[in-house]
Amino acid sequence: MAKKVVVEANINGEPIEFLCEPRQSLLEVLRDVLELTGSKEGCLTGDCGACTVIVNGRPLCSCLMLGVEAQGKTIQTVEGLAAPDRLHVLQQKFLEHASLQCGICTPGFLMSAKALLDRNPKPTEAEIRYALAGNLCRCTGYDKIVRAVADAAQTLASGQQPAGHLGSGPSATEQTERFLQEQEVK
Amino acid sequence: MAHLNGSSDGNFRVIGTRPIRHDGVEKVTGQALYGADYSMPGMLYGKVLRSPHAHAKIKSIRIDKALKHPGVHAVITGADFPEVKGVMAQVGELVVNTHYLSLNVMARDKVLYDGHPVAAVAATSKHIAEEALELIEVDYELLPPVMTAEEAMKPDAPILLPELRSRFIAHRTDPGSPEGPDRPTNVAAHIQFQRGDLEAGFKSADFIVEREYRTATVHQGYIEPQNALAIYNPDGHITIYCSTQGSFNVRTLTASILGLSEGMIRVVPAEIGGGFGGKTTVYLEPLAVLLSKKSGRPVKLTMTRSEVLRATGPTSGTKIRVKLGATRQGKITAAEVWMAYEAGAFPGSPFAPGAMTTLGPYHIENLKIDSFDVVVNRPKVAAYRAPGSPASAFACETALDEVAEKCGIDPLELRLRNASHEGTPQPAGPPFKKIGYIETVEAIKNSDHYRSELIGKNRGRGVASGFWFNGGLQSSATVNVHTDGTISVVTGSVDIGGTRAAMAMIAAEVLGLNVTDVRPIVTDTDAIGHTDVTGGSRIALATGLAVYDAAHDALRQLKQRAAKLWEKQPEEVQFKNGVFTASGENAAPLTLKELASRLARTGGPVTGRATVNAGAVGAVGNAFATVCVDVEVDPETGKVQILRATIAQDAGRAIHPSYVEGQMQGGLAQGLGWALSEEYVYDERGVLRNTSLLDYRMPTCLDLPPIETIVVEVPNPSHPLGVRGVGEVSIVPPMAAVANAIYRAVGVRMRELPMSPPRLLKELMRKQGTSVEQQAAAAD
Ligand code: FES
Ligand code: FES
Repeated sequence: MAKKVVVEANINGEPIEFLCEPRQSLLEVLRDVLELTGSKEGCLTGDCGACTVIVNGRPLCSCLMLGVEAQGKTIQTVEGLAAPDRLHVLQQKFLEHASLQCGICTPGFLMSAKALLDRNPKPTEAEIRYALAGNLCRCTGYDKIVRAVADAAQTLASGQQPAGHLGSGPSATEQTERFLQEQEVK
Repeated sequence: MAHLNGSSDGNFRVIGTRPIRHDGVEKVTGQALYGADYSMPGMLYGKVLRSPHAHAKIKSIRIDKALKHPGVHAVITGADFPEVKGVMAQVGELVVNTHYLSLNVMARDKVLYDGHPVAAVAATSKHIAEEALELIEVDYELLPPVMTAEEAMKPDAPILLPELRSRFIAHRTDPGSPEGPDRPTNVAAHIQFQRGDLEAGFKSADFIVEREYRTATVHQGYIEPQNALAIYNPDGHITIYCSTQGSFNVRTLTASILGLSEGMIRVVPAEIGGGFGGKTTVYLEPLAVLLSKKSGRPVKLTMTRSEVLRATGPTSGTKIRVKLGATRQGKITAAEVWMAYEAGAFPGSPFAPGAMTTLGPYHIENLKIDSFDVVVNRPKVAAYRAPGSPASAFACETALDEVAEKCGIDPLELRLRNASHEGTPQPAGPPFKKIGYIETVEAIKNSDHYRSELIGKNRGRGVASGFWFNGGLQSSATVNVHTDGTISVVTGSVDIGGTRAAMAMIAAEVLGLNVTDVRPIVTDTDAIGHTDVTGGSRIALATGLAVYDAAHDALRQLKQRAAKLWEKQPEEVQFKNGVFTASGENAAPLTLKELASRLARTGGPVTGRATVNAGAVGAVGNAFATVCVDVEVDPETGKVQILRATIAQDAGRAIHPSYVEGQMQGGLAQGLGWALSEEYVYDERGVLRNTSLLDYRMPTCLDLPPIETIVVEVPNPSHPLGVRGVGEVSIVPPMAAVANAIYRAVGVRMRELPMSPPRLLKELMRKQGTSVEQQAAAAD
């Protein structure tokens, strides 16, 4: 067994150092080493999307990436989506539209949807379905998920905050984005 | 217990609204703990060694090398399990024999399917446990695999279970008696329902449609694999954390497999990532307990996806024959249905519920249904959403479409002409109470979808209906009144799709509260009375009934407290819109909040409690659904695209309409997967070839259109709120609806599931072949 490796990454806006075995996936590191169990394991083969995280701005199956590959990367997980006193608009819309039943697929869908809206703030229904096609949900038939994402896009576009859960401070995701922008500036 | 005097008038304040679910924020922020998310100090990771063969004798197992592997703390095999006498236990809608269940969680001298557990290891990491599995040496003697019911029923078929003898079951409550000669068989049971005069019925028909159908083994496909974390204390007390549909089931089944008292086991249900019936039994829990006992450490096991597909309950593949006799006016005069359900390695397929629901939507005077439970070298099936009904509905509802075509009448009209209603005998005999089948057909008939025109080449529209009887079973609930007038509602019913919200809404309705003043809690097996599985569409119905009664119990006590404060009789106290009142002096109205703050002075806290057996009080409501789908067939590839789908379902009463719609949409989506792409593919040695979600193909959001829902509410007369239960029937009609739509699109009748591109293409080519020959003949 190869020795453990020290890896430095920015996770949800915070610089983090962790030790991992070369054979551990990023998902395993998040869940078992860093105790960020919001990212879920449904298959470990890249087929269900329950483990989706955003790495340097792109949605990825964290089960298909090794922990050591996180070196120097900026990673957003579902735990970083909400501010301490305010849900992300996608989270709020998922709740309003009853887009989760069991909820195991939800973190992955939220991250895929977040990555979609980041690059395409006004997606069509077809674009939403295309962007979410790598995420499996067995409970909902997807209808209410697609509606929530469309509604979230509209709310963001209109500049309104979603009802309820209003707050002030930036979310970890927003912090991450600022961090990324700063990196680019540098 | 509150009166079961029919449904209330429907003037609800909370019921029928769409509040945000109470457990929602935790689930969208990643804070909710599902089974695999738990860990304990000093915890070890377990892994299971599984048979690579479908059917073999185990000649020897050597574990010494694995035990010596650094980091390994315990290894178990079948030798570590006690002999279990067979007791029949209710698991969801199915009944299992605990002897066979024990053999299923760990093989003893024989393996019966690819994936059957033969040993398990606990080590300091998953990877070390996996390495150790490779160090276990198993010597097998291969036996011929028996993969289908058809093969297994042949007189000279290899025998899976030498002690198995067939039982004949003559009616719904018949425990069964031996059938046939006393010799080994793969047919575990045969159930038969009969009424009227079949021969006379077929004689009076103008024509007969007689067809044969097949459906493939399909999996529930929950996204969260099975998991279990067990802690064995030196005093013998055991705690199990797991994702299950029935924490009390896990306790009972684990205790019986390990020969322990139930009282020694506490099961803490984690959040659950889907189940659909598949998480009503145990696989890993007894293994985790034994590994924890041997190692003295907490042990967690989680399955990989391939383990889930190879070794956890899918549902039965079937072979079905249907014979329908009808008049030209579309009256069904007789029906005969023969069905064989593959149980997997041990008896217990949904052959009986299948028989109980076959042709349930129709009033057919002359009827005979035979259904068989057949063991084959596949994983033991588990319940899957309306178990047994979808396969038989696929067969019967496509045969009915042929009847409609022969009569030249609209397929919905055919259904209306034969529809079951109050008083119609069910397939199993007893008459239906008030049901809403006709209303679901009318709803589709009047829907935008059905009335719209479908234009375009290779497009077709199909309809089909389904019946599921729904479960009742036992539930318990506690309502705690807090000092500020808010309440908590405690149940043992695992929340798999938003039922916490429904429970809170029922209590809020009774106690005049806002739903946000209610905190619904799901607790463990030591903290609440016995509660059966979250399954059988029974939570809103049965646990809802317990919550309704517990809230009324709290209300009764609160009235007593108000009476005490006012020095009046409890009967003099009125409660309306959240305010307690009484006439006369010294009775200033009290809100629940005000009264709650004075409980200490009037005798202490108020806790309402109730337990129910909803089946025993006859509160169970039957559910029907009717589905309409439009498809487009690509004649080049045989691929079917679903263009539009609508489902109408009788919910009785929709407590939280969003989650009712969600159940309808989810079941329909699963049915569309069953119809078009999902199937177990075994090779000739009986090894499963598609063990990933890439190859076991479930619908993605690109495969499905928006799913339109019509919630029909014909209140269940036996339930105080009119609830029927909504979880399952939505999966029953889709397969036949798609088959009927394909026929309308391209003129071929599909009688085998899934209707995947290669199968459909073959039929299309066959059809063309025939017409080419006909053309040639015509030219001569
Ligand atoms: S767990 Fe990564 S895609 Fe399924
Ligand atoms: S909500 Fe259960 S898998 Fe999506």
